[in-house]
Amino acid sequence: MLLIHCPYCEEDRSELEFRWAGEAHIARPENIAAITDEEFAEYFFLRNNEKGLTYERWRHIHGCGRFFNAARDTVSDKFLMTYKAGLPKQPIPTAEQAAAIAEEKTVETWEATEGDAR
Amino acid sequence: MSASSKDLGAFRIKGAGRHTPARTARFTFDGKSYTAMEGDTVASALLAHGVHVVGRSFKYHRPRGILSAGPEEPNALLDVSRDAGRRQPNVRATVQEVFDGVKIASQNRWPSLKYDIGAFNDLLSPFFAAGFYYKTFMWPKEAWHKLYEPFIRRAAGLGEAPREEDPDHYANRYAHCDVLIAGAGVAGLTAALSAAATGASVFLVDEQPEVGGAMHFDAAATIDGVNGYEWAQKTAARLKAMPNVTVLTRTTVFGYYNHGFVGLVERVTDHVARPGRDLPRERLWQVRAKRVVLATGSIERHMVFANNDRPGIMLASAARTFLNHHGVAVGKKVGVYTAHDSAYEAAFDLKRAGVSIAAIVDCRNHPGDAVLAEARALGIDVLTGHSVVNTSGRLRVSSMSVVRNGGSNARKVAVDSLIVSAGWTPSVHLFSQSRGKLRFDEQNQRFLPDIYAQDCVSIGACNGTDNLSDLIDEAIAAGGGALALSGENRFEWTGGMIGAAEGAGPDHVVKAFVDFQHDVTAKDIRLAVREGMHSIEHIKRFTTNGMASDQGKLSNMHGLAIAAEMLGRPIPKVGLTTFRAPYTPVTYGTLVGHSRGDLFDPARKTPMHALEAAEGAEFEDVGNWKRAWYFPKRGEDMHAAVNRECRTVREAAGVFDASTLGKIEVVGPDAAQFLNLLYTNAWDTLKPGKCRYGIMTREDGFVYDDGVVGRLAEDRFHVTTTTGGAPRVLHHMEDYLQTEFPHLKVWLTSTTEQWAVIAVQGPKAREIIQPFVEGLDISNEAFPHMSVAECKVMGVPARLFRMSFTGELGFEVNVPADYGPAVWKAIWERAEGMGACLYGTETMHVLRAEKGYIIVGQDTDGTVTPDDAGLGWAVSKKKADFVGIRGLKRPDLIRDGRKQLVGLVTNRPSDMLEEGAQIVADPNQPKPMTMLGHVTSSYWSENCGRSIAMALVADGRARIGQTLYVPMSDRTIAVEVTDMVFFDKEGGRIHG
Amino acid sequence: MADLVSRSLPLAGFHGGSATVRLEAAPPAERLSLRVRPEDVGALSGALGLDLPTKPKTSVSANGRTALWLGPDEWLVIGDVNGGLMQAAANSGTPHSAVDVSHRNTAILVSGPGAANAINAGCPQDLSLKAFPVGACSRTIFGKVEIVLLRTAEDAFRVEVWRSFSDYAFGLLSEGARDASAAV
Repeated sequence: MLLIHCPYCEEDRSELEFRWAGEAHIARPENIAAITDEEFAEYFFLRNNEKGLTYERWRHIHGCGRFFNAARDTVSDKFLMTYKAGLPKQPIPTAEQAAAIAEEKTVETWEATEGDAR
Repeated sequence: MSASSKDLGAFRIKGAGRHTPARTARFTFDGKSYTAMEGDTVASALLAHGVHVVGRSFKYHRPRGILSAGPEEPNALLDVSRDAGRRQPNVRATVQEVFDGVKIASQNRWPSLKYDIGAFNDLLSPFFAAGFYYKTFMWPKEAWHKLYEPFIRRAAGLGEAPREEDPDHYANRYAHCDVLIAGAGVAGLTAALSAAATGASVFLVDEQPEVGGAMHFDAAATIDGVNGYEWAQKTAARLKAMPNVTVLTRTTVFGYYNHGFVGLVERVTDHVARPGRDLPRERLWQVRAKRVVLATGSIERHMVFANNDRPGIMLASAARTFLNHHGVAVGKKVGVYTAHDSAYEAAFDLKRAGVSIAAIVDCRNHPGDAVLAEARALGIDVLTGHSVVNTSGRLRVSSMSVVRNGGSNARKVAVDSLIVSAGWTPSVHLFSQSRGKLRFDEQNQRFLPDIYAQDCVSIGACNGTDNLSDLIDEAIAAGGGALALSGENRFEWTGGMIGAAEGAGPDHVVKAFVDFQHDVTAKDIRLAVREGMHSIEHIKRFTTNGMASDQGKLSNMHGLAIAAEMLGRPIPKVGLTTFRAPYTPVTYGTLVGHSRGDLFDPARKTPMHALEAAEGAEFEDVGNWKRAWYFPKRGEDMHAAVNRECRTVREAAGVFDASTLGKIEVVGPDAAQFLNLLYTNAWDTLKPGKCRYGIMTREDGFVYDDGVVGRLAEDRFHVTTTTGGAPRVLHHMEDYLQTEFPHLKVWLTSTTEQWAVIAVQGPKAREIIQPFVEGLDISNEAFPHMSVAECKVMGVPARLFRMSFTGELGFEVNVPADYGPAVWKAIWERAEGMGACLYGTETMHVLRAEKGYIIVGQDTDGTVTPDDAGLGWAVSKKKADFVGIRGLKRPDLIRDGRKQLVGLVTNRPSDMLEEGAQIVADPNQPKPMTMLGHVTSSYWSENCGRSIAMALVADGRARIGQTLYVPMSDRTIAVEVTDMVFFDKEGGRIHG
Repeated sequence: MADLVSRSLPLAGFHGGSATVRLEAAPPAERLSLRVRPEDVGALSGALGLDLPTKPKTSVSANGRTALWLGPDEWLVIGDVNGGLMQAAANSGTPHSAVDVSHRNTAILVSGPGAANAINAGCPQDLSLKAFPVGACSRTIFGKVEIVLLRTAEDAFRVEVWRSFSDYAFGLLSEGARDASAAV
């Protein structure tokens, strides 16, 4: 069970208080009525579902109620940081972390992830 | 020949062990009565009475005994019961403590433990080789249901599941700590002392009844000059007295999950003869630890040789535990077969206790010098460079066959017990569960923690640190404090092996068991490799090695070594299978915890629930809500009650509890602007005091929810949602407000439960509520359809809506929830006198269908646009933006031929359609037929005197007047497509 | 006619607890769900007669009213019945949202040495005095329902819960109270 730092409550809280809310930093087009079908598909339907570093939204639904953003490594499940909604995409804190995530991303096979013991 | 009540067993050794002789407990095993000492496990108590055979093996039904003295036990799985309702199969005899009156039974045998018909399987063993179930049951196909499946079901699984409801209760507790220490052996206790000294909050957890870990068997080690076990007990007492330390015994750390989340199961009453009623049987602890210290020790391995599974053959450390802790000798003439020094110490302890040691057979040429010297000094015969290659004895080992390594002349040595050790496997299970990576220690042939994934540290034997002095230093450092403590082992241990021993190699056709619980032999693992399984994960599944409930705590390393040898690859290249939670089996009761009966799920009741129940209401579940479904009078079935309710509402009036409808108060200067963005309709044109029906779409243009919205003031709206949709609609609105439109000054508050809502519908509705309403003219002129006002009802501040989901003159009276029952009572008393009825959700559904009002989620399914539903009029053409504006213009949403909501009437009025039934144009076309749509709602309409239905039909509105067909399994029903209004097509009644 | 209308409290008749935990239904109260932007907090504080707390997980009590921080722009204000909270907020003259939720919520008072353990039967928060001191408050989860938890004393809590979830909350608290008193 994840432990999530709420940037509004300024505290780590149990995953039980939160709800995941999809990929972050997808802004609703201001001129949405005028965009093309392709642009609409890109905005509404298509998601990257990246392995490794992911920016995603969470809501502290059973806490302060706020939506916020998180940078999470989907391989290790580690949260690298969380920050308030409305802030631009934040760089992840350290270069080592970025490198570690990049390395993890090369692990692709089930055998490699499940079977390998160094 | 029942033993006398004071007979503690012929194998008890006076003066040995740590139990109190005066405290005894009676128990039965397979119906026979025995006396144990308090503190005995079932295993130690049975061994005290010389009972070694306790079960039959899973596949071959071979007699099996007790292999270990701890939770790693793969063999001695028993059925344990307190009474008829409290029975549990597959309990490890080495874990279950004896209490007075406990009934123990062996498993997997028929008709008896000693004579078991299933043992025939042992003779047929060639047919039960690895992977047999993938091959044997392939054909003929017809045999599957009649023959194979019943056979497999009977044979599969040990033990018999209890049939009665579990009468015990189970508790749950969330907890937090700075440091959680798994394992209270010397390492864990020392780390706890060290951490506690820093002021940290500490959880110290151990699965055994007492702390001490390896000190249970190791009677020779000392700490600060004191016997290790005694030091452990004193230390635990000290720790328990500290306010920042929680010591939990009989508690297993079964799972180590993300972010320091650790699952513990505490066994509270399974060892108590008469537990208090308020005690839970088990307690689940869900602990969030900032740091985890793993002090889980190591587990001794057995030797893999021919017929190594006979009762009486057990781990050397187990024999030591039975002797030093329980005061029980495992035999009178004990053989020792080992690849490791530790077994020597078992022999020393047994010898000193007066047990005869037949010989120590050591497959190594060079045991440790110190143990060898001590053995010689004690006069024990040591055969180095020798191996045990076979055993005999039907229900208990009676001899071991010893050969010089490489030789062929076996010598039979009579024994009544054979203790074995192939060395020790560090318990890295929890480390691996935490996603840590292991490394292979080539020299000692073991996997050890390498790269940590969490804030965690392994100490002691699970980290490969066996020397007591080093271990204590490591533990002090792990605790983060400073401590002066010293410890000493009697002997430094050397040796160890993994894989098959002498005489059980690839050239030998023998049963040398690797996995006792699943009857997997060395031969099976080799067969798997020969048949093409090259991944350890495939080998595991093909042979089932390590897949039993013990998860291969003894077998995994042996299996890996045998596979690696066959594959010709080094062990680290073959790799370990993944360790998964739980470490040992956890009962369903513990995982379920409090979530049983009334607490399984909240049952939400409206303020008027009790009054409705008193009027005879039947209730239906809508989400978590209990809603009054219909109100049968004496002798009425549901059909009759609903018909009467439907008629009465239209002829006089009906009173309905609408409290469950979701309500959201939207407040702020930008409230109208916000609603403009969230609904398809326009809201800035709605005047205070008026309401409007609104449609909410998602960005993709599909209907998401609907409801009536009332404007109470310029900056205050009372929004209603569907009952089931309330939480997700609020979430959806908050999402847009917080992340897309944060500039708007508007706030959302759920008020679903603030208001009790009493709907009064029907021609007499106004007359019914008139006398209760204060300060408001509710005449048709002053308060027309779709009006809202704040007023007083019976002196209580209320919100009154003039609205209708029935097509009749209607009002919805909102009063603060606590006043709901009183107001309901008064209104109903008057209404009843005027010929009205109470009605429930079923009548509500019929009446709305008669008027063609949709129910989102029933007549729509997430692929229906407002226009599909015939609600295109509710989509504003003037607004520059709203959620869904772009989605609605997608090519697929504006194309011809979309499914549209229409009415259906059957050609024969009495024919009823089934909801979900498919609709076709030509019933005689070949299958699969082209389906035009399906029935979404279908009811008997008493008011229309016929059945009515709603359906989603391709191009539906263009088909009005056409005849279509609904093919059912037994007949085809012809239907005519109509519009959706079946009653009062002119719509005059609503303005009455 | 007004005085003829009686209130039916959702937890009327509920009582329970154990040797170390006392459970009782709180008397009726006036409750306000208050929403206001940070720049307007001062005006609302003045109107209500208590300083709305701006630090997460804290509450402020004054003049018989308690304001609980629930979120960066959200407070639950609890006062005596008919205490005029709605009117006081309206008098602030600044944009805000005040919604009467007096009847939406009900409250259970949990007290005694086992109170925190009883609540931890279903609440995942750290209720040690260090992490959750007297006056601390939080919206959180309790078993399968949402609650607002306020610590009123070292061994006393107020559990605010929506009325239709209150019998579940009371039931789970009773189980927690029983376990909190179990001899361990």
